[in-house]
This record gives sequence, C-alpha cells and structure tokens, in this order.
Amino acid sequence: MDKNEYVDFVVTARKYKTLLTKKYLAREVWKKPFPGDVFSVLPGTIIRLDVKEGQEVKEGELLLIHEAMKMQNRIVAPVTGVITEVCINEGDKISKNHLMVKIEPK
Amino acid sequence: MTSLSKNIQDLRERKALVEMGGGEAAIEKQVAMGKLTARERIITLLDKNSFHEYDLFVDHDGRDFGMENKVLHGDGVITGTGTIFGAPVCIYAQDFTVAGGSLGLKHARKITKIMDHALKMKCPIIGINDSGGARIQEGVGALAGYGEIFYRNTICSGVIPQISLILGPCAGGAVYSPALTDFVFVVENISKMFITGPNVIKTVLGEDISMEDLGGARVHAEITGNAHFYAQSELECFDQIKKLVSFIPWNNMERAKSIEAKEPSAKLNIEQVVPSDPKKPYDVRDVIKCIVDDSDFLEVQELWAANIVIGFGRMGGETVGFVANQPMVLAGVLDCDSSDKAARFIRFCDAFNIPIITLEDMPGYLPGVDQEHAGVIRHGAKVLYAYSEATVPKVTVILRKAYGGGYIAMNSRHLGADFMFAWPSAEIAVMGPEGAANIIFRKEIMEAEDQDAMRQEKVREYIEKFANPYVAASKGYIDSVIEPKETRSLLLHALKLSALKSEARPHKKHGIPPF
Repeated sequence: MDKNEYVDFVVTARKYKTLLTKKYLAREVWKKPFPGDVFSVLPGTIIRLDVKEGQEVKEGELLLIHEAMKMQNRIVAPVTGVITEVCINEGDKISKNHLMVKIEPK
Repeated sequence: MTSLSKNIQDLRERKALVEMGGGEAAIEKQVAMGKLTARERIITLLDKNSFHEYDLFVDHDGRDFGMENKVLHGDGVITGTGTIFGAPVCIYAQDFTVAGGSLGLKHARKITKIMDHALKMKCPIIGINDSGGARIQEGVGALAGYGEIFYRNTICSGVIPQISLILGPCAGGAVYSPALTDFVFVVENISKMFITGPNVIKTVLGEDISMEDLGGARVHAEITGNAHFYAQSELECFDQIKKLVSFIPWNNMERAKSIEAKEPSAKLNIEQVVPSDPKKPYDVRDVIKCIVDDSDFLEVQELWAANIVIGFGRMGGETVGFVANQPMVLAGVLDCDSSDKAARFIRFCDAFNIPIITLEDMPGYLPGVDQEHAGVIRHGAKVLYAYSEATVPKVTVILRKAYGGGYIAMNSRHLGADFMFAWPSAEIAVMGPEGAANIIFRKEIMEAEDQDAMRQEKVREYIEKFANPYVAASKGYIDSVIEPKETRSLLLHALKLSALKSEARPHKKHGIPPF
C-alpha cells in the first residue's frame, strides 16, 4: 500500500487521511430510478413486442416477452401512462440493464 | 525366493503402479502447468517421512459410458495422515492427473473417510483441491459425494480446524467444501474458483472474462474474501500453512501449543507509531508488532477488507487472536466486508480457545447508499454477535477513536469485555466532535455572526469535554487509562489473570447469528 496515495475521507463531518480500497472506488453510485423506465434484468432476446410509441398502457399490462435463461419472461408496465419510447424491436438480442421501454407516468 | 518375499515384491509393484497416478504423460502436463503433483504436495507439506497413505487401492464404481473398463488409480485422490511440526493432521489431495481429479462417489468416500477419522482423532483436516469437478459419467453419485463432504465440513466446524488449499481448478459445487472450512489458501496463477465458469457466463450473460479475472487467486484474496491466505508459489503456500498450524490447537478441547516467550523485536517506539491527531493515518500492524512476542504476527485475509486487521500472534508464548481497526485504509471504518471478516475470525478464536485482543481506533460505520443497501445493518450485527457470544478472554485497548456504534461493537465492556484499557489519546463519544457540535449547537452556530468561528469554538468545547477516555472511565466502562508503553505488560497480565476464565451461557441448541 502506497502511503503517498492518502486522500481525504469524510466520516460524520470529520475528514480523515486514508487510503481507499479498489472495491470502494469501484462501488456504484446510487441514482434515483425513474419509475417509467423498463430495463432488462438479464441478457436475452425480445420474442414478442406488444406496444408502440404513443400508446397508453395500464400498470400490469403486457409490454413484451423477453426470453432469458430459457424462460419466456412477461415484461409488464410498471406504471400507468403513455409510452414515449420503444428502444427495441422483435428479435433483438439485448444485454443486461438495457433500456427497453420508456413510459411517462400519468 | 520364499512366498513371503514374492508377496512383498507384488505389493511393491502394485503400489508403484498406483502411485504413478494418471501416468507419465499426465504428470508431465501437470508439471507444465507449473503445478506439483498431488503426492509431491502432500510430501512437501508434511514433516519428512511422516505421511501414511490410506485407501491406495480404492477404485471407482462407474458402470456406464465405458467407465467400467477404465482404471482410475486411487480414484483420483490421495488420502492419509501425517504430521506438521509434530502435530497430527489428516490430509487429502485430489490428483488432477487421474481423470482430471474429477469427483466420483468412491473418490468422495475416500475423502469422507479421512474426514471422519480426523473428527474421531480430533486433529486438523487439510484438503488440497485440484479437480475438474463432478465426474459427469457417475451422475447423481458424484453429487451425493459432494453432499457427504459438505455435511462433514459442517459437523467438523468448530471441533477440528479445517484447512483448504486451492491448487488448481475448483468449480461448481466443489467450491462449497472450501467455503465451509476455516482457512482457504490460494496461489497466484494456479488457483481458480468459481460457481460458473467464463464459458457459461459468456453464453448466458454476454460477459467476456478470463478465468483469472473471474476467480483467480488475487480475486478471492482481495475482492470476494473467500481466500484467507495468498501466495506466489505452492512452496510459499505450504510455509504459510505450517505457520498457521503452529498457531492453532489440534481441536476445540485443546489450547494451542505454547512456545518460549520472547520480547517484541521490532525497532519501533509504540509512543510514536500512533499520531496524536486522530485524523492522521498509520499502520495499526506496527502497534501489533510493538506488542506481540518476537513481533511475529500472522495476518489473515491481509488483502480483503484491509480496513480491519485480523491475525494470530503470541503473548508470553501463548497464541492470541488480534482484531484491529486499520486507520490507514478507509479510515478504519466498519463496513459490510470488514464486519464479516472480523466476526468470522472472532468465532474461530472462540471455538478454539484463543484469547482475543482488540485494538480500537475507528470513526464508526461507513456511511453511504451502497453500504446501507448491501446490508451493513445485518453484516455489522455479526460483530456484535460474535463478540457477545465469545467466552474466551476478551481484552480491548482503545488507542484513539471509539465513536458511536463502533465503540459498542469493538468488544466494549457492554458486550462482555474482560479488560478495557484506553490510552490517554482515546476519544470515546457518540460521534466525532465536528458532527456532534453541528447537532448539539445547531442553533448557536446558525445564529452566530461568524458561523465558522462559532462552529470551531463549539467543536473545541466538545473535544475538551468528551474527546477523551475519562468520561467513560468515570463510569467504569474503561478499567484503566494506561500509557502506550505499558500496553504489552498489562495485556500479559490480563491474559495471565484470565487463563482460567469460565463463563456460563444459557443452554441452547445453537444461536442464530445474522448470517
């Protein structure tokens, strides 16, 4: 550990000189999720797409079917609102955390 | 030639054949991978000429896919007994030269037999893992074998020390035997440990990663915390194991063997190691070196969660476990990983009659969304649980900061510490002076013309009043405020006095720690 890499580190209002760990530096900074954004939780294939831009959807309504880990997962609207963007097409292979559909909640 | 000598000749020939494992070509491959063979590993690790092999002639019982015609010498695993520095141990080593060290039912039964032996004889069990995984041809028989090993790992836990070496691949279900044991050793470029390998991960998740980056030695030593000791070579790894074995007892009814006491040898002045400014870092291992016999400290999990230091040393010739906050990494905070690391070590020491010395200098738990969401509450609770549960002698020295929940967690009087010492530089308070002053004097600071000046004044006021050991000492939470240079002699005194400590606990089947 290189003592020249000491940095300021705040714990309850007090600044300490210390080293940081790789794991600490690599941590993900939390961002408030937008309730109308629908992300993939696994990589997989879109085998059916039921909605288009401008369409109104109700919470729980089927948006698309995403096949991943040998399961056909029904992806439903998390909120009631209007679809503002469809970022995928039928047949697309997508990765994890891919934004699939955007809904403007009503 | 008499018939006896003919028999002896026959035995020798049989042994020589089986001892070649998978044969010369397979051995050459093993060597080309930079690895010792299973037999070399056992012989190098154990005391000279001490290895006695069991079950050399056991063969597999595969009956399908052509396995019935295959000979697998020793069924791919070598088992037996021996000694390390005279201490008896049971040992097994998977032989990668025989069918890739794959685990079939008989292979597993050789392992469970030697584990049962270790449990009965009350001596440590050492497992050397080097295996391609379950022998697919045997199907559920292989899975049964793993399960029987895991069961014994659990039954042996806390009764005999269990040591695992990962000296090759250890993938899929196989990883759970090491994970259940007390100490896992890994070697750079040789150890590979994962549940699902790079190929599956790439196919299923599209993530392209090498074996080394996924589950190499460094990853487990630094990121996952699965490994306790990391070495550059197998020989270095064996030296680490010998050293560890010298520090721990043979079983939970014994104490670790004591050796001749020695004064610390480090050329360090304990009064100068710790800066008086509580915001300045230092290496807490230097404090340990000023305290332990011969300044000899065997650190466990050195690379993972380095904000807490754990390991073994000796005081007056007797083994002790150290738990120390490390101010030079993440200011020495408790977080998910460091809590997990400390708690497991405390439980090992408690199970094996090793007194615990806690050196405290920490600003509290690490704030942050990632920590809260990663479960710092339940991980942090493990430390409270482990210290409270432990009945071995427990001694704490507060070097500088002991704030908030961290003060309680780090073996405080309230969790049953037997001796509480504090240096005059100790600050025992609900939080650091800056945070406390901001809350207590919020109104005064807000209403002041010069807010910064007022804040500074209030911080000073708080420091004068609370940032010291005397408030806690006045309530009896600290037994004595001591000079740093008295630390070793008072710790020796405390350990001597608690040599016969016994503490009753209510009867229970087992507790339910937050893991």
